[in-house]
Amino acid sequence: MRYVARKLGFYLVAAWVALTINFLLPQLIPGNPVEALIGRMSQSGTPPPGEAKVLTALLGLGGGNIVVKYGRYLDGLVHLRLGLSIADFPTPVSTEISQSIYWTLILVGTATVISFVLGIGLGALAGWKRGSRLDAIIPATTLLTAMPYFFLALIMLYLFSSNVWHVFPQGQGYDTNSELSPGWNLPFLASAVQHAILPALTIVLSSIGGWLLGMRNMMVSTLSDDYVVAAEAKGLRQRRIMIGYAARNAVLPSVSGFAISLGFVVSGAIAMEYVFSYPGLGEKLVQAVNNNDYPLMQGIFLVITFAVLGANLVVDLLHGFIDPRTRLSR
Amino acid sequence: MTATNVVAAVAAEPGVDAHRFGGRLREAFRSPRLVAGTAIVGFFLLLGIIGPFFAANPNQLSRTELAPPSLAHWLGTTQIGQDVFEQLVVSTRASLAIGIGAGLLATVVSIVIGISGGYAGGFLDEALSLLSNVVLVIPTLPLVIVIIADLKSNGLGPLIVVIALTSWAASARVLRAQTLSVRNREYVLAARAAGERAWRIVFVEILPNELPIIVSNFIFATIFAILTQAALAFIGLGDPTLLTWGNMLNLAYNDQALSVGAWWWFIPPGLCIALLGMGLALINFSLDELLNPRLRVYRPSRLRTAGSGPAGEGTAGGGPALDRGGKG
Repeated sequence: MRYVARKLGFYLVAAWVALTINFLLPQLIPGNPVEALIGRMSQSGTPPPGEAKVLTALLGLGGGNIVVKYGRYLDGLVHLRLGLSIADFPTPVSTEISQSIYWTLILVGTATVISFVLGIGLGALAGWKRGSRLDAIIPATTLLTAMPYFFLALIMLYLFSSNVWHVFPQGQGYDTNSELSPGWNLPFLASAVQHAILPALTIVLSSIGGWLLGMRNMMVSTLSDDYVVAAEAKGLRQRRIMIGYAARNAVLPSVSGFAISLGFVVSGAIAMEYVFSYPGLGEKLVQAVNNNDYPLMQGIFLVITFAVLGANLVVDLLHGFIDPRTRLSR
Repeated sequence: MTATNVVAAVAAEPGVDAHRFGGRLREAFRSPRLVAGTAIVGFFLLLGIIGPFFAANPNQLSRTELAPPSLAHWLGTTQIGQDVFEQLVVSTRASLAIGIGAGLLATVVSIVIGISGGYAGGFLDEALSLLSNVVLVIPTLPLVIVIIADLKSNGLGPLIVVIALTSWAASARVLRAQTLSVRNREYVLAARAAGERAWRIVFVEILPNELPIIVSNFIFATIFAILTQAALAFIGLGDPTLLTWGNMLNLAYNDQALSVGAWWWFIPPGLCIALLGMGLALINFSLDELLNPRLRVYRPSRLRTAGSGPAGEGTAGGGPALDRGGKG
C-alpha cells in the first residue's frame, strides 16, 4: 500500500509540474497573443463574447498578480474551458482533442505493446542463445534504432505506398474519399486497420531495438547468477530455467525503464503521424504549431503528458506487482 | 536501463578508477565496435569541420531540376536544381554543432544537479532527485515543440538551451546514484577527515571517478539533441535559412520528393542522422562493456553453448543502451 501511495504521490507531483509548465510557457509568447487570436478568429467568423476572457485565463495572461492568474488558469482547466481552435474555427479545442486522441492512443498503444512483447521475447532468446545466429543480428538493429521515426516513416511511405510497391494506402487514418462513416462498422474498421499498418510498423521497427538490446544484456547478466546455476544443477528443464528463472528477473529493468522509453515513442510518433497525415494528436500538434494555434497546442501538450504519466503509473504499479522487492524496500 | 547497469557495474567493481580507465581504453580499442563507432563519428566531425570550406554554394540554383545522382551531381539535385551533396556537406556542420552544444550543456546541468544532490544528501538531494524524476517522465519532444513555438524564435542559442534543459534528467539520475556510492568510499572519507573543502572533494576526488559515466552521458545527450533538432526542423520549427539535415528532410517532404520519386533527396540526410547516431551509440556500447565486465568477460561455457566458441568481444552485442538515445 505504501508503494502505491508513493507512486500516486509522485505522479500527482509530476502532473502538477506539467500543469504549471503549461501555465508559465505562454508568457514567452511575444506581443499580445489573445488579441492576435481573437483577430484571427474574427476573420473566419464571430468569436463568442466570452472568448477573450477564456483565452486570457488559459494562457495565464491578463491583470492581477501571478497567484490570481494561476487561480484563473486552474479554474478554466477544471471546467474544461480550453478555448476554440483557430484552424477549425469555431470547433472547441476539447472537441479537436477528443476527435484525435483515440487514433493516437490505439495506434501508439498497440504498437508499443507489440514492440515490447516482441523485443523482450527475442531479447530473452538472444541472451539465452548467446553467440548464436539470432544473437548476431543484434548489432544490425542498432542502425534501425538510431533512425529517427519520421525518417523511417518516409522510407516506408516511399517503398510501400507512393513509389515502389503500392501495397498500402497513402496517409490518413482511413479512406476519406469513400462513404465510410467512422464508428463501429466493419468497412470503416477494415480501412482504419489497413491505414494503421505502416505507421504501426514504423513504431515497432524503430522501438524494438531498445527493448531487444536491454533484455538481451540483462539476460546475459542474469544467466551468470547463482540461482540460475542452482536451477541448472537441480536439473530443471531448460525452458523453465529460461522463462521462469532468468527472463523473469531480467525483464525487471525493462519494465522500470518503461517511463523513459514511452516518452521517446510518443515523441517519435508526433513527427511520424505528420508524415503519414495520420489524424492523431501528433499531426494535430504540428498543425497547431504551424497555425500559431496556442490554445490547441497547450491542450495537446497537457493531454499527451497526462497520457504518458497515466501509462507510467500503470506500469509502475504492475512493476510492484511482479517484483515484490520494490514493494518492501523503499 | 544503462543507468542501472553502469551503476551496478561500477559499484560492484571499485577497481574501475580513472587511472585504470586508460589501460582499459587501450584494450577496448581492439573491439571492432569501438573502432567502427570512432571511425564513423570521426568522419562526420571532419566533414563538418572542413567540408563546408570546399563545398560550393549549396543554395545555387541550376537548370537541372530533380536530376538523379550523376557525376556532375553526386547525389542528384532538388526541385529547384540545388546540389543535394553540397547541401548535405554544409548541413553537417550545423547539425553537429547543435548536437554537441546541447549535449555539452545538458551534461553540465546533469553534473551540477546529479553530483550536488548525491553529495549533499538530505533535503537538497530529495528535492533535486524529485525534480530529475519529474523531468524524466514528462515527454520531451512535445515540451520542446511548445516552448520553441511559444518563443517564436528559431535562433540557434535558444534551441540549444531548450533541448539541453529538457534532456539532462536521465544523466543526473545516473550521476546521483554513482555519487551516493562514491561518497562513502575510504579516500573520500579520508579527504573529508583531512578537512578538504567540499568543492575540492567534488572536483578532485569524485568527479574524475565519474568521468567514464559523464562521457557516456554526453554521447547520449548528443544523439538525443541531434534527433530532437532534426524532428523540430522536419515539422517546420527550425530556422528555414539554416541548412541542417532536418531542414533538408523538411524541404524534401514539403516539395513532394516522395511522390515524384526523388529518393536521392530525402534518403541521404536521414541516413546521415542514422549513421552518426549509430556511430555514437557504438562508442557508448563499448564504453558500457568497459564499465560492465559482465557484458564482456567470457563465462565458462554452459551445457547448451558448449558448441559455440568463447563469447568474446565480438558476440557481446550492444549495450542495453539505445532505448535512452532519444528519438525524433
